[in-house]
Amino acid sequence: MNHVVNAGAWLAQLVAVTTAIAAAPLLMGWVNQCRAWLQNRSGAGLLQPYRMLRKLLYKDAAIASAASPLFRVTPYILFGAMVCAAAVIPSLGTTLPFTAAADTIALVGLFALARVFIALAAMDIGTAFGSLGARREMLVGFLAEPALLMVFFTVSLIAHSTALPTMAQALAHRGAAIYPSLAFAAVAFLMVLLAENARIPIDNPATHLELTMIHEAMVLEYSARHLALIEWSAALKLFNYCCIGLALFLPWGLGAGDWRSLVPALGFLTAKLAVAGAALALIETFSAKMRIFRAPEFLATAFLLAVLGLLVHLLLGS
Amino acid sequence: MTDPAWTMTATLAIPLAWVAIGSLGLLRARSVLIAGRVLFPLGAAAALLLAFLSLASIGAPVQTAVLPLGLPDLPFHVRLDALARLFLFLIGAASAGITIFAAGYFRSGEGTPPGLLCLQYHVFLASMAMVVMADDAYLFMVAWETMALSSFFLVTTQHRIAEIRAAGFLYLLLAHIGAIGILLCFGLLQGGSWQFTFDAMRAARLTPAWSSAAFFLAVFGFGAKAGIVPMHVWLPEAHPAAPSPVSALMSGVMLKTAVYGLLRVGFDLLQVRCWWWGLAVLGLGLFSALYGVIFAAAQTDMKRLLAYSSIENIGIIFIGLGLALLFQGFGMALPAALALAATLYHCINHAFFKSLLFLATGSVLHATRQRSLGKLGGLIHRMPTVAWLALVGTLAIAGLPPLNGFVSEWLLLQGFLFSFDLPHSFVNMLVPIGAAGLALAVALAAYVMVKFYGIIFLGRMREPRLAAAKDCGRLESLGLMWLAAVCVLLGIFPVTVLALLDNVNQLLLGSGLAPQIDHWWLLAPVARARASYSPLVFLLGIAGVTWLTVLVVHNFYHGRVRLTDPWDCGFPLQNARMQDTAEGFGQPIRQIFEPFFQMRRELPTPFDGAPRYRVEIGDRFWIWLYQPAARLVQATARVVGLLQQGRIAVYLLYSFLTLVALLLLTL
Amino acid sequence: MANLPLSSQIINLCAAVLLLVSFAMLSQRRVLSLVQLFALQGAVLCLSTITVAWTAGRSELYVSAAVTLALKVLLLPYILHRLIRALNARWETELLLNVPATMLVGLLLVIFSFGLAQPISQLAATVTRSTLGIAIAVVMLSFLMMITRRKAVTQVIGFLAMENGLFFAATSATYGMPMVVELGVALDVLVAMLILGVFFFQIREQFDSLDLRNLEALKEE
Repeated sequence: MNHVVNAGAWLAQLVAVTTAIAAAPLLMGWVNQCRAWLQNRSGAGLLQPYRMLRKLLYKDAAIASAASPLFRVTPYILFGAMVCAAAVIPSLGTTLPFTAAADTIALVGLFALARVFIALAAMDIGTAFGSLGARREMLVGFLAEPALLMVFFTVSLIAHSTALPTMAQALAHRGAAIYPSLAFAAVAFLMVLLAENARIPIDNPATHLELTMIHEAMVLEYSARHLALIEWSAALKLFNYCCIGLALFLPWGLGAGDWRSLVPALGFLTAKLAVAGAALALIETFSAKMRIFRAPEFLATAFLLAVLGLLVHLLLGS
Repeated sequence: MTDPAWTMTATLAIPLAWVAIGSLGLLRARSVLIAGRVLFPLGAAAALLLAFLSLASIGAPVQTAVLPLGLPDLPFHVRLDALARLFLFLIGAASAGITIFAAGYFRSGEGTPPGLLCLQYHVFLASMAMVVMADDAYLFMVAWETMALSSFFLVTTQHRIAEIRAAGFLYLLLAHIGAIGILLCFGLLQGGSWQFTFDAMRAARLTPAWSSAAFFLAVFGFGAKAGIVPMHVWLPEAHPAAPSPVSALMSGVMLKTAVYGLLRVGFDLLQVRCWWWGLAVLGLGLFSALYGVIFAAAQTDMKRLLAYSSIENIGIIFIGLGLALLFQGFGMALPAALALAATLYHCINHAFFKSLLFLATGSVLHATRQRSLGKLGGLIHRMPTVAWLALVGTLAIAGLPPLNGFVSEWLLLQGFLFSFDLPHSFVNMLVPIGAAGLALAVALAAYVMVKFYGIIFLGRMREPRLAAAKDCGRLESLGLMWLAAVCVLLGIFPVTVLALLDNVNQLLLGSGLAPQIDHWWLLAPVARARASYSPLVFLLGIAGVTWLTVLVVHNFYHGRVRLTDPWDCGFPLQNARMQDTAEGFGQPIRQIFEPFFQMRRELPTPFDGAPRYRVEIGDRFWIWLYQPAARLVQATARVVGLLQQGRIAVYLLYSFLTLVALLLLTL
Repeated sequence: MANLPLSSQIINLCAAVLLLVSFAMLSQRRVLSLVQLFALQGAVLCLSTITVAWTAGRSELYVSAAVTLALKVLLLPYILHRLIRALNARWETELLLNVPATMLVGLLLVIFSFGLAQPISQLAATVTRSTLGIAIAVVMLSFLMMITRRKAVTQVIGFLAMENGLFFAATSATYGMPMVVELGVALDVLVAMLILGVFFFQIREQFDSLDLRNLEALKEE
C-alpha cells in the first residue's frame, strides 16, 4: 500500500473531494438551465443553486418544537455520507487512497444509510407529510437497491472486481469490444439514477404538489442552514451517481491519481458531466411523472434489465 | 488459558453455576430484590466469563471429556471445538447483556414468582450451553428438550392469560415435532453401529441417499426451531407472549442453537454431502427471508414485527449456509469459506442486534404498557437512553454501514459473486438471482426498521398518557449498552472477527480465508483488487466530515434557531392521531405484495357516523398447511377414540391381545 | 472477451437487442407500439442475417435477409397497422397477469432456455452458436406473450414474433434453413396473416369485440 503514505495522492484526493463539493450545485444548475432551455424558458442561470445555498445559510433556522436532536443532526450526517461517497468514487483518478475503503456494495450501503437517516428525520416531527415522504422514499429505495446491486454485479463480471477503481480501469482498457450486457446495465443504471435522485418519472424536483412529491415531502420541515445542507447533499448525490455512471460506462479519460493527470481528468470530467446533465434534462423533458404505484413497475424493469445483462453476459461470454 | 483441561473444567462449571444460581432463587421465591439484585447479576457475570473463556480458547485444539453422569453404559460425552466455542461465545456474550437487563426488568406481579423465574431462566441458559457442548445424541437430546421445556415455561410467565397459554402450547408443539425430526436424523446418522456418540456418527459411512434423508430430517427438525417457513408460525405468537428478556434470549440466542445443530450435522457429522442440498437450503432461506420481511412490514405489534424480522434473518443465515454447501459440493474452497464465514458472522450479529431491539421493546412496554405501534410515538423525548441505543440496533439490523449487519451481508454478497463460476449451467444462472432476492430482503428490512423506529420513538405521542413514560433503569440501560457496544465493535473490526471465525472454517471445511486477511483495518477477504471495505475509515470519514461541517457552518454563519410549530398546511386542527400509523406505513408493501397476504379489510363508507378502518393480516400457511393438518389429526383422533370403550374388560382384552401377538412374534 | 471478431460482436449485440425487444413486447400495453416493436425485431433480425451472410460467405442468406426486410419490417407491420386502424383495437385493456409478474416469469424462461442452449451450442460450429439460447428465449417469450394476452391482434403479433425467434434460431444454429423451406415459411406467414385478418373481421362481426374470451362460449356444453 505505497500510495497511502504518498502525500501527493492524498492531495489529489483532497482536490477530488473539494471538486465534488464545489461542483455539485453547478451540475444541478446546469441540469435546471438545460431543462429551462428545452422548455423555452430563459432559466435562472447556472449559479442559481449557489445563490440559493447562500441565502439559506444566512437565514434563521425555524425548527418545530417537537423536533428531537435526530432531526437537527441528520442534515450534517447526510452531508458527511455524501462527501464520503464522493471520496470513494473515482471521479478524477483511479488510485486515490480513499477508494479502497469501500467497494460498490459498500457504496450502495452508504446511500442506504443516508436514505434511512433522512426518512427517520422526516418522521421525527410527526406531520402527515413527513411520514408520507419517508414511506415513499423507502419504497423507492427498496426497489432501487436490488436493481443497483444487479447493475454492479453485471459490471463486476466483466471486471472481476467490485472495487470501483478496478472496474473503471478494466472497462477503460477493454478496447473496442462491444458488451451487450454493459448496454443493458447502463440503461438499468440510468433508470435507478432517475429514481434515486428524485428525478422526473418518479418524483418531480420542481413541484410542491402534495400528491406527487417524495423528496420535498420529507424535507418540508427543514429550513435555513439545515435545508441548505440537505439541498447540497441532494446535489452531491446526483453528482455522485453521475460519476459512478461515467466511471462504469464511459471510463475514458480517468487519470491515475497523480498531479499531472489531474488537470486533463478535470477537463474530461467537466465535458462528460456537461453532456450527462444535458441528457438528463432531455430525458426529464420527454417523460411525464408517473403515479407512485407505477414506480414499482419502472424499477422492476430496471431490475429486469440488470438481470438480463447478467444472463446475457453469462450466455455470450461478453 | 494454555492448559486445555483447565478450560474444559471451567467451561463445564458455568452451566452448573447457572443451575446453582437458579436454584438459589427458590429459597426466597417471592423476593424480587434477591433475584434482581443478586442472582441475575451473578448469572450475567457467569455468562461473561463463559464468553471470555470461549473467545480466548477458540483456536485451541479439540477437547473431549466423558462426564460421570447419565445412564449406566450411556455416559454424557462433551466436546469443545472451534464451532462449539464460537457458539458458546455467542451464548455467553449475548446472554450477559440480556441477563443484566433482566435483573432490572422483572418486577413482582402476576404470573410466575421471580424466584421460580430465575430458576427457569438459568436452566434455559445452561441447557443452551449444554446443547452446544454435547458430543453424543443422548446428551444433545436431553439438553435440547430441557431447552424447549424451560423456554416454554418462560414464555408462559403470564400463564393466567389464555392467549399466552395458547401461544406457549403452539411453541411446545412445534418444538416437539422438530425434535422428532432431529431424533430420526440421529437414528439415521448412526449408520447401523447403534452407537450414539458423535464420533461414531462421524465414522459411519452412509450412502448419498441416506445422507440426504438424514440431512433433510435435520433441516426439518432444526428448521422448526429456527423458524424457517413454513415452520415459522410459532415465532410471531410466542415472542409477543413472552417477557422481553425471554424473547430476546429466544430470538437472539436460542434460534442460533438450531443453526448450530444444522452446521454440526451438515458439515461435521455427515461425511457424504451433495451439492444440491445447498440449492434446497438456499431456496428455503431465500423464501423465508422474503416472507419474513414482507410480513414484518405489515405488522402493527412491535414484538410481532421483530419476530417476523427474526424469520427474515434466519432466512439470511440459511442462504449463507446453502451457499457454503453449494460451493463445497463443487469443490470451491475459498468461496465456501467466505459464505460460511458470512453465515457465522450473521449468526453473531443477529444475536446482538435482535436482543438489543427486543429488550428496547421491553423497556417501552414497561414504560407505556403498550405493544401496539398505533398507540406509541415520540418516545425519544421521554426515553432518550432507550431510543438512542435502539437506534444503533435499528441501523445495524437494517444492514447499514459501518455497523455489524452490513458486514455479514457484504460478505454474503461477495460470496454470491463467485456463484457465476459454478460449473453447472442452470445453477450458475439461478443462484445470482438469489443475490437479487437477498438484496431485496435487506432493502426491505431497512423499510421495516424505519417503520419500527420511526413509529415508536419519533413523531408526536399518539396517546396523552405516553407523556408519563419514564426512561429505563440503570441495570437495564447497562444491558442495552453492552449489546449496542458489541454491535458497533463487530461492525468496526470485521477483520479481527473474521480471524476468529476462520478457526471454524478450518474445522468444518478444512480450509479458510486466513492468507487473504492481512490489514487489520481493511476487510479484503479475497484480494484487495477484487473488493475491499474498511468500516473504520468509513466511520471516521463520515464522523470527521460531519464534525467539520458543523464547525464550518457554525463558525461562518450564525447558529440561531427559532422554535415554532410545524407547518400545518393551513389546517390548524391537526393532532398527533393524524400521523401516519403502522398500517399506513405498511400500505405500499401490502399493495405490492398482495398475493402473499390473507387480508381482511373493513373499509368505512362515506356515510358512516363513526368510520372505522381495520385491516387484518393473516398467514396463508395456516390455511394451506396447519388447518388441514389439524383437521387430519382430529379425524385420526376420532378414529382412535373408537378404541375407548370405558369398560375395563375391553382394556384387559387389548392387553391380552397385545401379549398374545408379541408371544406369536417370538415363535 | 475482446478477442471476438467484430462480426460476432455485432451478432451478439443483435441477439441482445432481440431479447430486449421481446421483453418490451411482453410489457407493452399499446397495440400500435407492439407493431412497431415487431418491425424493430424484424429489422434487427435482418441486420444480424446480413452479418452472418457476410461473415460466413453464404450468399443465399442475403436473400432471406431481403425477404425478412420486405415481409417483416415493411409488409406485415403495414398490414397490421391497417387492420388495427380498421378494427379500432388500439388498446390491450386487460392482461391476464400483471406486468412485473409476467417479467419475472419471462426471466425464469430466459434462464431455462439459456441453460437448455448451453450444451447444444457447444456442439454447433457456427460463429453464431452462443446466440442460440437467446433465440430459444425469444420463442419462449413470444409464447408467454400469447398466453397472457386476450386480444386477437396481440395473439397474432405474438405468433409472428415466435416465427422471428425460430428464424433466428435457424440462422444461429445452422446458418439458416434451406432456401425452399424459408421461402415456404415466408409465404405461409403472409397467407396466415391475410387469413387471420379476415378472421378478425369475422370475430368482430360475431361478438362485437376482439376479446378472445368470447370464444370460450364456443365450447360444447
